Amino acid sequence: MSRLPRPVAIALLALVVLLAAYPLYGAWLFPAKHAFLMQKITGIMILAIMAMSLDLLVGIAGMVSLGHAAFFGLGGYMLAILSPEYEAANIWIVLPAALAIVAAVAAIIGALSIRTTGISFIMITLAFGQMGFYFFNDSRLAGGSDGAYIYVMPAVEIAGISLMNLENKLVFYYLVFGLFIGAYLLLKVLLASPFGRVVQAIGVNESRVKGLGFNPDHYKLVAFVIGATIAGLAGFLGAAQYGFVNPAMLSWHQSGTALVMVILGGMGTIFGPALGAFVLELARMGFEGMTEHWLLPMGLFVIAVVLLLPKGLAGLLLQLGAKPAPEPEDEA
Amino acid sequence: MSAPKSSPESSIVLETRELTKAFGGLVAVNSVSIVVREGEPHAVIGPNGAGKSTFVNLLTGHLPASGGQVLFRGRDITSLPAHRISRLGIGRSYQKTNIFPTFTVFENCRLAAQSRLSSSMRFFRPARALADVNARAERAMELAGLAARSGRVAGTMSYGEQRQLEIAMVLATGPDVLVLDEPLAGMGREESERMVTLLKGLAAQYTLVLVEHDMDAVFSLAHTLTVMVNGTLLESGPVDVVRASQAVQDAYLGDGAEAY
Repeated sequence: MSRLPRPVAIALLALVVLLAAYPLYGAWLFPAKHAFLMQKITGIMILAIMAMSLDLLVGIAGMVSLGHAAFFGLGGYMLAILSPEYEAANIWIVLPAALAIVAAVAAIIGALSIRTTGISFIMITLAFGQMGFYFFNDSRLAGGSDGAYIYVMPAVEIAGISLMNLENKLVFYYLVFGLFIGAYLLLKVLLASPFGRVVQAIGVNESRVKGLGFNPDHYKLVAFVIGATIAGLAGFLGAAQYGFVNPAMLSWHQSGTALVMVILGGMGTIFGPALGAFVLELARMGFEGMTEHWLLPMGLFVIAVVLLLPKGLAGLLLQLGAKPAPEPEDEA
Repeated sequence: MSAPKSSPESSIVLETRELTKAFGGLVAVNSVSIVVREGEPHAVIGPNGAGKSTFVNLLTGHLPASGGQVLFRGRDITSLPAHRISRLGIGRSYQKTNIFPTFTVFENCRLAAQSRLSSSMRFFRPARALADVNARAERAMELAGLAARSGRVAGTMSYGEQRQLEIAMVLATGPDVLVLDEPLAGMGREESERMVTLLKGLAAQYTLVLVEHDMDAVFSLAHTLTVMVNGTLLESGPVDVVRASQAVQDAYLGDGAEAY
């Protein structure tokens, strides 16, 4: 299950190469829109990180969260709050601090939510997400409903020597690209580990996991915190990219979008939700360019994909890429 | 097979004392006391609704008791959560097939074996690299007669094989006591026979507690028999004695014994 069929792996690798090389051919292929597209793709990779992190909860552990954006937004707000106003923050301080805070908040929210399942879990995560939204919307912290600007990108330096200049769009593109691939690989390693196997089993049959002698709550909580922290990283990058945070980052709308990416892409496959992020965002871009009423075709598009591909884009790929299954031997 | 030992206190593995479970006004298990001794296969029988499954759920912590005690090797384990009881060495199988249908047979067993690690909070090394866990999974598959099915996705196997897997998973947890909830439920003739052979082999190595409907199987496997009716214990003792008991004859076995 965990090993991808070879044709699928090759196809995904080709997409990754396409992505890695975009800055090389983008200017030549889309001379008029290159800068815009590069920024767009950077943004999509950030959303893809968030979608993959949500897949750990939804697709793997079977915890459908509608409050995942709270951690995305919190990660972004932490950058805004921890950065000095007119100078560069030290990334070695702000990034770990932001992730630690996201993880701590996720541990509390998770501990309170994890015991519920199904609809109750959806509702409780939605409620926590909205609490996060209104916390930043109504407080004076970081500009309330207006949001806040991050005027200077964090500095990546060791002993005063700058390692990367994040203000450079190309550098930032590759930083996000690296973290996007890194997040995918991290999740794959986690899923293959003893911890990951238990979490996957919880998604399939939680009561049996308990009967085998595992305490599912512990594993669900750790998975929740890991997923939230990765989403926090995505939010941090998003805030850095746009130099701006506002409460909408935490809204249930954002959580819902991430969930659509997961479902559209194919739950439980990790690479599927990343694909889902690209397809959804590119489709949105296409429809936006065609009509002012882009939400209508967009909605129809999502409905069509979900109806035609119940296992998402990943399901389609896996089906196409699967070897003609060796006939199950003798079934007496 | 180890001969049934005559009963010194030390050989008592599992014991219930006036174990009771009420769901609202309905008393599903009413003050049931039984003794399970080391190496003596113990069967619990009774008509539908007798409270057998509830009893198993109480033994294994899947339901909290309303009253009474469960003792495992003299230790009070009443109402410990299921995962703690499993870790003490009481493995159970389920009446309704309860496996991970999307995992392979091996992975089902591997996960069961993995449950015996002191903790599975290990994040970076692949689970497949745990050699002793793999070895225990392999052994369990072999014991349950599934070695040749290792790579099959569990949900695609026949019903009988899935029941075997159910047993293999329990074995992979390395239990002392096997609590098997209707291992023959829903099986055809041939599958049943295979399972009974398997269970006989297991009875030589483990202490079995068997909840079953199939009387032939019960009589060929069990040394001790507990009969439950309407949540209460009717009779408990050596198979021959219980079989001969007038109360059991009247209430349960009667003339319709073969009907089960």
